[in-house]
Amino acid sequence: MKSQRFYKVWMSPALFLAPALLLIAVFFFIPVLASFLMSFTDFDIYSLADSSNARFVGLENYKNLLSDPLFWKAMRNTLYFVFVGVPLSLLVSLGTALLLNSKLIRFMSLFRLAYFLPVVTTLVAVAVVWRYIYHPSFGLVNYLLGLLGMSTVDWLGNPKWAMLALIIMAVWKNFGYNMIIFIAGLQNIPPELYESARIDGAGKWQELIHITIPMLMPTTVFVSIITIIGYFQLFAEPYVMTQGGPMNATLSIVLLMYQEGFRWWRMGYSAALAFVLFLILFMATLVQLRLQKHYSGV
Amino acid sequence: MNVNKILIHILAVAIALITLIPFVWMVSASFMPQGGANQFPPRFIPESFSLEHYLRLFKSMNIARNFLNSLILSVSITGLSLLVNSMAGFAFAKFHFPGKESLFKLLLAAMIIPAQVTMLPLFLMMNQMGLINSYLGVIIPGMASIFGIFLIRQYINSLPDSLIEAARLDGATDFQIYWRIVLPLAKPILVTLGLFTFMGTWNDFMWPLIIMTRENMYTLPVAMANLSGEHAQDTELMMAGAVLTVLPVIVVFMALQKFYIEGIMLGSVKE
Repeated sequence: MKSQRFYKVWMSPALFLAPALLLIAVFFFIPVLASFLMSFTDFDIYSLADSSNARFVGLENYKNLLSDPLFWKAMRNTLYFVFVGVPLSLLVSLGTALLLNSKLIRFMSLFRLAYFLPVVTTLVAVAVVWRYIYHPSFGLVNYLLGLLGMSTVDWLGNPKWAMLALIIMAVWKNFGYNMIIFIAGLQNIPPELYESARIDGAGKWQELIHITIPMLMPTTVFVSIITIIGYFQLFAEPYVMTQGGPMNATLSIVLLMYQEGFRWWRMGYSAALAFVLFLILFMATLVQLRLQKHYSGV
Repeated sequence: MNVNKILIHILAVAIALITLIPFVWMVSASFMPQGGANQFPPRFIPESFSLEHYLRLFKSMNIARNFLNSLILSVSITGLSLLVNSMAGFAFAKFHFPGKESLFKLLLAAMIIPAQVTMLPLFLMMNQMGLINSYLGVIIPGMASIFGIFLIRQYINSLPDSLIEAARLDGATDFQIYWRIVLPLAKPILVTLGLFTFMGTWNDFMWPLIIMTRENMYTLPVAMANLSGEHAQDTELMMAGAVLTVLPVIVVFMALQKFYIEGIMLGSVKE
């Protein structure tokens, strides 16, 4: 009797859940654990042939990491990409959302489509195109700078400019996504708020500062965190456009992890790098949860 | 005519030009004769129209094979993941069993782990299983998605329980309920999720780059990255490759735009 009841409660959902949970357990949770263990070993090319060659080395990889100038270079580059790229990208997203949400605009859906097109296209293909757009002598960007009477720049060849070039491309590629979320946020603001502000004689600018921006705060928090998490995983752009150069100016955490793990097969070291990335994203998510609670509590 | 209105439209058109010009130039350069794209000032209209780069991609670079690889992976991952994730989403939405809530919370919490963390051991596993340079090496880890399960669960949750109870009283099995009642009703979310999965797989780069090491198994993005290393000087050839890579996603997106935009909104709903 008891087993029959057990069967009734468990059997059916278990059958429906089994394929997904099995796949997630074997190809996600186990690798995460294995990766964690691996980060405490000296797993390298010899262990690749025979994994018994890997030895437990404790925190060695993490210690080496912290004293590796290349790691700090990659960390600085990635932080630069995130903390310049994300605010820039959010400003453009918010600006275009306000533009498309304006009562004066016509052909809104056509403009929205145009702004959104870079989002859906293949990053690698777009990166290849932008390599030529940034070409020092034939590229469009330098041509435009020349027309405006400014001096031209070797965008991807100069360590001073290369990361900024990747940021501009990333903003161009991604701003449409957050724009869509901002437009929805704008449409959720109750119109009465603007009406009463108008009765009080508020101008457009005051409306933006005192109503629109505060009301968009929860959306902004959400969008910032998902964008920060995405930007921390910078990989394909430097891989395709600069190979991390010039002089490691565009080497990112994930690119370094890829090179250490899959080019030099120093997998223990690479796993430690992966967990440093995870730790950073974990902290970013904690901040998001805290802020979200704060804003939904108001 | 209002001055503000004119200014707003000038600004809107200017931004549209910025987002579209790289694509216009890409298409135009891909039809230019060899060397035509490396001119100053840059040209937007080819002096003469040439298909040589497309022909070269197909004849000597075997890009049709890369295209096929991308298509096989995207289509099979989309189909299989919809099946697997909708089954799990259905179970989480409409069954009651002990431990359901904590299991679901565990899955949601795991969403913050970035995929890069799994790639090293996953590569070793695939190597053990002999799945390097095979379609399965990309398909198997791409099938189940926590985000997909979450989206489908949310949607099925909103379907009334009475529908399911009525079917059960009529003697339908759980599988019949899933297949004949729940799936047809969940069609909008399945289309949205399918679209995201298809485009995500098509555009994916890092994992295929790791696991596909033979040229005939490269997906289009991996082949493009490889070409851009070897043929960096062949601007027009690279642009032809870029056109072939982005064309399918743009076509699919144009056709199903509405579902994609809705999907972004669903994904941004906070729990």
